[in-house]
Amino acid sequence: MEIVQVVGLGLVATMLILILKETRPEFAFQAAIAAGVIIIVMILGYLAEVVQAITEVALEAGLNIAYLQTLMRIIAIAYLAEFGSQVCQDAGQGSIASKIELAAKVIILVMAVPIIMEVMKAIMELVPA
Amino acid sequence: MDIDIDVLFKIAGIGIFISVLNIVLKQADKEEQAQMLTLVGVVIVLLMVLQLINELFESIRTIFNLF
Repeated sequence: MEIVQVVGLGLVATMLILILKETRPEFAFQAAIAAGVIIIVMILGYLAEVVQAITEVALEAGLNIAYLQTLMRIIAIAYLAEFGSQVCQDAGQGSIASKIELAAKVIILVMAVPIIMEVMKAIMELVPA
Repeated sequence: MDIDIDVLFKIAGIGIFISVLNIVLKQADKEEQAQMLTLVGVVIVLLMVLQLINELFESIRTIFNLF
């Protein structure tokens, strides 16, 4: 019943941040970041199980390990960028948040280029020039 | 994954403590020292938050088998 802990922590954190926001907004944001990190780390254990299961299935199917690695990296980048951009948006820095998202999109695109090239090559072989 | 929730309460506690001290210092006409106290508090809390974020990055790295 990890959800009880997560909801409880979220509610308590919200109350504390409401108290802090009146007098010290900078501490309120830091407490919000801490609460977010704690909640994410709490649920990372479950995520690890899912990642383990996906890896096992992929290895059993004989998938190229490099593709799986790329996929995992893209998922990790997406999670981290989401977290960072939401923290920035909470602090009222919407422009930095959208830059973080842009950076994540570009990095994901760069990582996906080898796979896209592979698909392109396969299509080229199918279609006679 | 086990992580200590105490950090959150520590941060909130430091924040409340410093805002109380701030009021006291302002009453005693020591505005600059109140400002310095706030700065030191922010830096201390920032170090704690940085450790937390480092922990988050490390665990994401280990879970997704990066590096």
